[in-house]
Amino acid sequence: MSGSEACAEGALSAGCGFLAAYPLVPALEILKRFAARFHDFGAVYIQMEDEIAALAAVLGAAWTGRKAMTVTSGPGFSLMMEHVGLGVMLETPCVIVDVQRWGPSEGIPNKPGQGDMMQARWGSHGDYEIIALAPNSPQEMFDLTVKAFNLSEEYRTPVMIMTDESVAHMKEKMTIPPTADIKLKRRKYYQGPKNKYLPFNWGKDFVPEMVDVGQGYKFHVTGLTHNQKGYPVINAETQELNVHSILNKIRLHSDRIAEFDEKDTQDADVVVVSYGITSRDAAKAVEKAKAQGKRVGTFRLITVWPFPEKRIAELAKTAKAFVVPEMNYGQIFYEIERCARGKADTHFVFHERSRDNGVARILEAIDRAFKESRAS
Amino acid sequence: MNTLESMTKQDGHPIEPLLRMDRIPHIWCPGCGIGTTLNAFVAAVNKLDVDRDKLCVVSGIGCTGRVAGYIKLDSFHVLHGRAIPFATGIKLSHPELNVVVFSGDGDLVSIGGNHFLHAARRNINLTVILVNNFIYAMTGGQVAPTTPVTAYTTTSPFGNFEPPSNIPQLAEAAGAVYVARWTALHIRRLTKSIVEAFRKPGFAVVEVVSPCSMYYSRLNRMGEGIDMMKFYHKNSVIKHGEPTENLDIKFQKQIIVGKFVDRERPAILGSSGGPDAEAEP
Amino acid sequence: MSLVRTPYDIKKIKVPRGEVHIVKERCKGCGFCIEYCPNGVLALSDEYNEKGYHPPKVVSPEKCLSCALCEVLCPDFAIWITLQGEVEAKIGG
Repeated sequence: MSGSEACAEGALSAGCGFLAAYPLVPALEILKRFAARFHDFGAVYIQMEDEIAALAAVLGAAWTGRKAMTVTSGPGFSLMMEHVGLGVMLETPCVIVDVQRWGPSEGIPNKPGQGDMMQARWGSHGDYEIIALAPNSPQEMFDLTVKAFNLSEEYRTPVMIMTDESVAHMKEKMTIPPTADIKLKRRKYYQGPKNKYLPFNWGKDFVPEMVDVGQGYKFHVTGLTHNQKGYPVINAETQELNVHSILNKIRLHSDRIAEFDEKDTQDADVVVVSYGITSRDAAKAVEKAKAQGKRVGTFRLITVWPFPEKRIAELAKTAKAFVVPEMNYGQIFYEIERCARGKADTHFVFHERSRDNGVARILEAIDRAFKESRAS
Repeated sequence: MNTLESMTKQDGHPIEPLLRMDRIPHIWCPGCGIGTTLNAFVAAVNKLDVDRDKLCVVSGIGCTGRVAGYIKLDSFHVLHGRAIPFATGIKLSHPELNVVVFSGDGDLVSIGGNHFLHAARRNINLTVILVNNFIYAMTGGQVAPTTPVTAYTTTSPFGNFEPPSNIPQLAEAAGAVYVARWTALHIRRLTKSIVEAFRKPGFAVVEVVSPCSMYYSRLNRMGEGIDMMKFYHKNSVIKHGEPTENLDIKFQKQIIVGKFVDRERPAILGSSGGPDAEAEP
Repeated sequence: MSLVRTPYDIKKIKVPRGEVHIVKERCKGCGFCIEYCPNGVLALSDEYNEKGYHPPKVVSPEKCLSCALCEVLCPDFAIWITLQGEVEAKIGG
């Protein structure tokens, strides 16, 4: 199964009841699969007139209780940014899949890229936190899509799946677990008297309870800065309360949300940090480096946002250098540099897969890291 | 509407059960027609005897967009121009809900123009109440695509030089099945139109020409809200079924109101289409 | 001599009467109700409300027909009518 097909299947297995999208290379195959399968699941599928309308429809659908998703690539991702902000402010669970391609602007539609990683975090205006996952295989496309829906329901927030054209198009053997083994989460529903419902009752964990439209709660929600009742209130106190709540909702739980996979990092001199398709080539390079007797570890980001700041900061104390290959000109690299705080060197590798899968470049960077830093 | 039907001994304004009284008084200016349009909408809801729990309102940004915040139903105040796709998402997911889009001319026909056209094309069952005050009022009175030529606004201080949209013509061309236009003064007919639009399956648009006392009428020396209402009284003419290409509103000239389009058109097949969905006529 | 003939069924016609309720603090002085009352029941008052507007006052309460045009036209929901029963119709009344 291809990564795209696995993503569509993952969505349907997670209970996705609504997909609105605008066709964009290289995200088309997800739409194709979903369009062929959705009515077996009682879901709704619609192609909207543009990506802006797609994410708007997804947010509307999410408020009716359906798990909703949209799929796009770089240019569409840019268009959706205003609605990402609305999704965060309305605290709406939804999943946005970005199958990245070479940018900026139209770029090369059918080459893989990782150039939207910072945009996932900072793309919309204002202050907010977001959850973004980075699958590296069709199996992960399935698993992480299910996980994305679970995270979006658990934290009542939009969740992004930052994949790329190669993971989307590659075909690999994978296992779809039996339905009973797929654990699903559902949003926290309010159970109290209808006239006392607060759409944004930010409690200690900052995850408010939600209701569905049409159940008689007569709630109001707005993208303007609002109080717990959902009414727009224009003053500094409400702004602080509102924004701090949506920030803390993710920040307080970032240790639980952030997922990564590290190997041999305990006593590594050089740690190669990567995500997505790059992690495969990084793993190959690290194997080769280990064969040369070097102490190298791998750190694969499964959750890119919230970024695992604590772990990188810890590793910076023991490792001498980080090598960060990315299919862009430096994005998550700067996060690692920031978290390392000068305690370890950081080396960026422009990872480009059309020649020898880029493994040689990563190996070269590992060598450079050993030479330039105080590694033995 | 026969007001005698709804007259009972009341302790408050009849609209109050459907209003978020904890947010009254509202922010609209003296002489603004939006409050009046809201009155007509609530009168229509009362007449329709529809399940209030299953009725939701989606508004965009702007003066009219604030309606969502004052009406006591499930209501959403979303992004500028994007009320219609948001409402589409709700309607497709939960077709038994009645979804009303209540927004302004700038919101629905300028930035939201694309979505307006496509929702009409799809003939999705939404009721759109479009309050047209010919200006972007909330942001301070800028020129809008509906502003008549030569009118003054804050961003057309020498007179608007762009030809404006003709909303009924747009709606009809795009595929709306019900298109009507009234002014805020034609309150009873407006209520009846909203009732018809609501009952009509498919994309129904009711345009409400409304006074904007603080900007449109002030900047164009047309007096206040009351003077604009008097103008509508004298210069509006009811012509049901008039071809929509004749419905341009020229600056300070006659306004043609009435019901212009009431037709049948194929609609979006169910909420998910698919091989078992039945074709609509 | 009156030029208006008394209709034969005048005893059967009942004219509704309404009582005007005004929430002065909500009024923004737009004047819609005063202008469009068909019977001239309302007029602008000289008093000020808290916001500085002149709310309407009822000058001819006996003429209110309970048509409720003021009620539906008021943008601020500040005026409404309650039906007070009916009276017999008379010419010029």
